[in-house]
Amino acid sequence: MTITKLLAGAALALGLATSAVAQDKTKVGFVYVGPVGDGGWTYEHDQGRLAVEAHFGDKVETTYVENVPEGADAERVMTQMALQGANLIFTTSFGYMDPTINVAKKFPNVKFEHATGYKTAENVGVYSARFYEGRAIQGTIAGHMTQSNVIGYIASFPIPEVIRGINSAYIHAKKVNPDVQFKIVWAYTWFDPAKEADAAKVLIEQGADVILQHTDSKAPQAAAQAAGNVYTFGQASDMAEFSPMPRISSIIDNWAPYYIARTQAVMDGTWESDNTWDGIGPGMVGIGEITDVVPAEVKAEALALKDAIAKGEYHPFTGPLNKQDGSPWLADGETADDGTLAGMNFYVEGIEGEIPQ
Amino acid sequence: MDLSAISPALLLASLMVAATPILIAGIGELVVERAGVLNLGVEGMMITGAICGFAITIETGSPAVGFVAAAVGGALLSLLFAILTQFALANQVASGLALTLFGLGLSSLLGQEYVGLKPAQTPDLHIPLLSDLPFLGTVLFSHDVMVYFGLALVAAVWAVLKYTRVGLVLRAVGENHDAAHALGYKVVRIRVLAIMFGGACAGLGGAYISLIRVPQWTEGMTAGAGWIALALVVFASWKPWRVLLGAYLFGGVTVLQLNLQAAGLAIPVEYLSMSPYLITILVLVIMSADRSRAPGSLGRVFHASG
Amino acid sequence: MLKLEKRPQPSRVFAWLTPLMAVVLTMIAGGILFAMLGKNPVEAIRVIFWDPLFNEQFASYSRPQLLVKAGPLILIAIGLSLGFRAGIWNIGAEGQYILGAIVGAGVGLAFYPLDAWYVFPLMVIGGALGGWLWAMIPALLKVKFGTNEILVSLMLVYVGEQLLASMSLGLLKNPEGLGFPGSRNLKDYPSAFNDELIAGTGMHWGVLTAFLAVIFAYILLNRHMLGFSIRLTGEAPRAARFSGVNPNLLILFCLGMSGLMAGLAGLFEVSGPSGQISIDFNTGYGFTAIIVAFLGRLHPVGILLAGLLMALTYIGGELAQLMLSLPSAAIQLFQGMLLFFLLAVDLLTNYRIRFVKREKA
Repeated sequence: MTITKLLAGAALALGLATSAVAQDKTKVGFVYVGPVGDGGWTYEHDQGRLAVEAHFGDKVETTYVENVPEGADAERVMTQMALQGANLIFTTSFGYMDPTINVAKKFPNVKFEHATGYKTAENVGVYSARFYEGRAIQGTIAGHMTQSNVIGYIASFPIPEVIRGINSAYIHAKKVNPDVQFKIVWAYTWFDPAKEADAAKVLIEQGADVILQHTDSKAPQAAAQAAGNVYTFGQASDMAEFSPMPRISSIIDNWAPYYIARTQAVMDGTWESDNTWDGIGPGMVGIGEITDVVPAEVKAEALALKDAIAKGEYHPFTGPLNKQDGSPWLADGETADDGTLAGMNFYVEGIEGEIPQ
Repeated sequence: MDLSAISPALLLASLMVAATPILIAGIGELVVERAGVLNLGVEGMMITGAICGFAITIETGSPAVGFVAAAVGGALLSLLFAILTQFALANQVASGLALTLFGLGLSSLLGQEYVGLKPAQTPDLHIPLLSDLPFLGTVLFSHDVMVYFGLALVAAVWAVLKYTRVGLVLRAVGENHDAAHALGYKVVRIRVLAIMFGGACAGLGGAYISLIRVPQWTEGMTAGAGWIALALVVFASWKPWRVLLGAYLFGGVTVLQLNLQAAGLAIPVEYLSMSPYLITILVLVIMSADRSRAPGSLGRVFHASG
Repeated sequence: MLKLEKRPQPSRVFAWLTPLMAVVLTMIAGGILFAMLGKNPVEAIRVIFWDPLFNEQFASYSRPQLLVKAGPLILIAIGLSLGFRAGIWNIGAEGQYILGAIVGAGVGLAFYPLDAWYVFPLMVIGGALGGWLWAMIPALLKVKFGTNEILVSLMLVYVGEQLLASMSLGLLKNPEGLGFPGSRNLKDYPSAFNDELIAGTGMHWGVLTAFLAVIFAYILLNRHMLGFSIRLTGEAPRAARFSGVNPNLLILFCLGMSGLMAGLAGLFEVSGPSGQISIDFNTGYGFTAIIVAFLGRLHPVGILLAGLLMALTYIGGELAQLMLSLPSAAIQLFQGMLLFFLLAVDLLTNYRIRFVKREKA
């Protein structure tokens, strides 16, 4: 097993000389907040990195540093990357926002791409995915599939990104099933498998038969599988090992197309600071296979919705919509603007409970 | 808000499951501390147990073998601590912290091949008649075997400490190692064995998380359970049955706050999450008045000068 | 047969020699580890220990960073070492560090956007006070009820972490942050920003304070009556009592000082290198500092060196990830090894190993 592999590695290492670095390669650096083995957020970013390597082959050299705490450590890691000749650096956590801006000031010739933030600069672009588009499809399927009319939602932290997801899922579940009710649990963590498992079990015990999650581990999937008649959706990665039941579909973070495109832009010298917020259309948000557990007509409806969103014919936040307190938000046919969505801090009408402060 | 959605039976049942990893690790640490050794490396041993158990279960297909491997893995890692503190006479606080660091690194290195795999399931026991009892059947008699193992372990540790010669010697060593040495007990040998027992228990606790409670392997998945186990021992004032009580309290607060949230009750999550620690401090204060103290030689270096 | 014999006095030679032995042993063991992972061991060791200091391409950047990383470690470890010497075990410095940062940053943010010279000094006082108060909880409980300070201070770390999350999401949240957690960045608020004192050196107020703390601790322990009391209490508690040392005052002083220094470290970090209060603001300095204190043998100069060594392994470890694609887990393991060896070889300072013939029974 592992030991033999390690020994083989040792033999290789002794035989290898230091590989010389060719200067004409484009160097791309990645800063990760978690370990590449987290099976979720960081894992998917690393898949994107590997896709860049596979796509460009010898023309690129990628490096990464994992488990980088936000703040001073992140700033140092980025600086080191820039000093060692990186041409393009992806910083993949919201907390890297200010460090990215700071380092970018010192290296005007290096391009930076910060995930999920909102501060840009001449050489800093930001990118994020419209996960709420995927949530609309999830909500539609969930609304059809629930027998108990109770849908459980494991949320992480009360921030706009998460609240947006809850609202989008709720609106679309409600649309196909007016009796649907959401039970929301705030885990206050992005990643704590034991706690997520507990949260899933609690929701199931309280009658939920569909579990949506905005945390990264597969623990809720396993809890649902143990319970038997509960449906779940993969989060961040496909989590296909739990299909066809309980996982009936998934939202996949697919960073590869964007990473390849931006690397290409740096190679061609056409890179410009951007503010990318891509969804299903450009392929940044992927919808994992909808399994056969889902009735054919529901599947067709979900896929039709996916197409409409991808083509830009339908916006998941389309009026008439009221806020939770009943005050009007969007008029009939009006769609939400990105500014409101980016800072969303309210529930839509019908969701019970309060957003914790 | 709909509190009627909370089912007391299911709440208690999931509380027992949530409490099991910290219970097993905590009871192991209790034995270590009763022998006069403070091993702060529980988190490192738990996560090492979690990956050893997980990897071996994947390789062999048998969770039982996996749990044995977890115990062995935890015990082996604790042996490092034992060598440092008992033979090299290093400071226990620093050694324990170093052990945690080492264990976290080791486990993620060993676990790289195992991310995303699913282990063989450990079945829940179904005890005829008992499992079908209303309420009690759900709460007490429909768990996996490790839940009962944890309970049995508490009983066993309690009985051994209280009624057997082994327990007496262990406590003597923990209370006053110089006196125990003068009486002819092998202080170092007893402590090494206690440390390894603690390591094995922590390993089992970790494997419970990776094999049953979650079940999957991800880096850093114990997420602080080892530190809670340490707190438990203090909370319990070094008494086995109180470890059980403490584990249910810690497990209970987590499960309860999730239940209240799901029922729609707006609660300040952070403040509720603080409460077990505040309660532990309170218990410590009350306990100090109660005169049941920590083992006399806890954390002190022993060197037989004779 | 091997036999340990306690030295009447700790060996001065070995006190200096053992850390070097440990580093060499770690290089060997670590080299084997890196080789097993398929990396060139010599190169890996060079990247970790040599490049951050002497690499032509980037050492001019990473050398000052060493100070930035070591500063809080040294400051906290100095505070802890006072108590450790007297047998008072504060292992909750992480919590005091968090509270120092929360209170200090809170003071600064309360003044926002006022531009005045006194904002930063007030923040420093706030930071010190926050850490000091948090440490006073275990101190007072110990004095009043005899409660074990190891455990109370450890429990308060978790309470502090929850408080930090609550602050980042509530009271101190940046009102212009689009609802994201985390406070305003103090780097954008000049009156509150703990900038480098001389650009490009990494020296900020926190690093300077750490150096001052080393000198302070050295003088205290070697030249002052209080330092003598601390040492006496640690080495011979009964003798200390007979000579009139008030143990309660000592507990309050030692825990208070360590809390104060940890609080300062938190304040300097949040107002400088880190810049803002966020959920994951604390990155374990408080725990690492315990290790640093022991690696430095609880001696001020030793702690200074140990802090720098620790910082070197962090920065070198990042470089090894960057340049050699070593997983961060391997670096963690490597640091663990270094600590083990340092702790293990310390034996030689206090004990002598003798070969004795087996006695016949």
